[in-house]
Amino acid sequence: MAILKVESLRKKYGSLTAVDGISFRVQTGECFGLLGPNGAGKTTAIRMLYGYTLRDAGQLEMFGLDIDKSLREIKRRIGICQQEDSLDPDLTVRDNLVGYARYFAIPRQEAERRADELLGFFALQSRAKDKIMVLSGGLKRRLMLARALVNQPELLILDEPTTGLDPQSRQLLWQKLAELKKQGLTILLTTHYMEEAERLCDRLVIVDHGRILIEGKPAALVQERVGHTVIEVADPDQTLRDFLARESCRVEDLGSRLLVYLDEGDELFLKLTREVRAEGCMLRPAGLEDLFLKLTGRELRE
Amino acid sequence: MKWPNPSQISARSLRVWQRNFSIYRQNWKISFLPPLLEPLLYILAFGVGLAVMVGELEYGGEKLSYTTFIAPALVSVAIMHNAFFETTYNSFVRMYYQKTFDALLATPLNLEEVILGEMLWAATKSVIAATLMTCVISLCGFFSFPGALLLIPLALLGGLFFAALGMICTALARGIEMFNLPIFLGITPMFLFSGTFFPLQNLPGWAQTLAQFLPLTHLVTLARGCSLHVWSGELWFSLLYLLVATLLLMPLAIALMVRRIVV
Repeated sequence: MAILKVESLRKKYGSLTAVDGISFRVQTGECFGLLGPNGAGKTTAIRMLYGYTLRDAGQLEMFGLDIDKSLREIKRRIGICQQEDSLDPDLTVRDNLVGYARYFAIPRQEAERRADELLGFFALQSRAKDKIMVLSGGLKRRLMLARALVNQPELLILDEPTTGLDPQSRQLLWQKLAELKKQGLTILLTTHYMEEAERLCDRLVIVDHGRILIEGKPAALVQERVGHTVIEVADPDQTLRDFLARESCRVEDLGSRLLVYLDEGDELFLKLTREVRAEGCMLRPAGLEDLFLKLTGRELRE
Repeated sequence: MKWPNPSQISARSLRVWQRNFSIYRQNWKISFLPPLLEPLLYILAFGVGLAVMVGELEYGGEKLSYTTFIAPALVSVAIMHNAFFETTYNSFVRMYYQKTFDALLATPLNLEEVILGEMLWAATKSVIAATLMTCVISLCGFFSFPGALLLIPLALLGGLFFAALGMICTALARGIEMFNLPIFLGITPMFLFSGTFFPLQNLPGWAQTLAQFLPLTHLVTLARGCSLHVWSGELWFSLLYLLVATLLLMPLAIALMVRRIVV
């Protein structure tokens, strides 16, 4: 059953079309990814889901409820972890959770119980009495995520949850999100980290310039659109280029680097390393990043 | 611009009030100092230093000492300052720097309720300040009772008015330094020319007429009338002015904030 239905969603800011008619559905229990480069319209789309930004056109439905008629009821049942830190600097870590529960009309005792449970889940107990100002970026993110769960949402919406975090914090957050998913929580996530999407998302869409470019399961999409493996060649010379030109394979020439996409097997790689040269040649599995760059291009965005 | 609909507002606004109150409570000892000390400083400076030069003056047919004359104005000014500074600097910080409103909008609250809650809180600060000041000034023997008790509901009304005025500035301010404009063009002149420190009759005719448009003039007139038991029909007009202006400015403040934040 679809927990979230997005239909032809559109938003324009002056002459800039931020979201240009996107449609997708998130099924109960899955983790759905909204991928795209910076400025692709991900955050705008997310903000329209909870009425922070007004949409120009399109239908939005959550839990079978229309957003225009039941925004309050919808907001009661979703948890939102915004991209920017919006923790209350005047309150302690624990009071950020207990205080936030008040907005959902959760009774004090229950709010405190949930706060302690969430502090435990995110390994924040030892910081419960600390002020927000002294927390590191990773701790703040964990607390933001804990806060988004204080109303026991049926759908968790995460806008770039790990942007700017160190690898340790990121790994911990992924592990926690995977646990939540296992418990049956439905998650909608935006990201531009392919590793994050590969690890967490059951299905995803790649968005650019406000439009959906592709939709599907990450592994299947990569297999279908990129291939099985990729040979990367550093500093290719003419001999090597000539060799590849004779083989029937897809080559992407980046000047100082060549990418060769293979559908199956590693014969070409073995042949290449044996007959031409082994130095600077690497065989690796094709990934979501290859697909992402193929679809959205390699030029810088910002 | 979309005007707020009463059906959008619920008791959830009080949750925003509660948030601000719980943080105020953490530092109440410091927050209580200005309203307790300010009247004493003014009474000392004006009552001891200036009153001897001014002597008595006539107000509404009554002879008043200069210190008695300014005492209700001190409360009125505190009502204005507390509410206005809360919904300008403090609300702006919460909105712009702390992203508190962003966090609130991810809950069942809507922006209309958030802004109303902010204004209710600002007015509450005015009530707290006015109550404390009234206690201090009464102990010095300048106020008449029971009339002076009316300063408390008056602080709520005046607080809401100046909270709405401040919120409108916040809705229009591009940056926090912009608040210097309404403060030096509006709040400071009002502080000086609203019949606060001298009777309006001392001003030239055109300036008296101009002063009648200033909201603080009416707040001071009401505060003085009530706390000194100088009753006149003029008070009803001032009350009507503040009531109507507040009822207009509060929805306007909400509408302008919605226009600013929800784009």
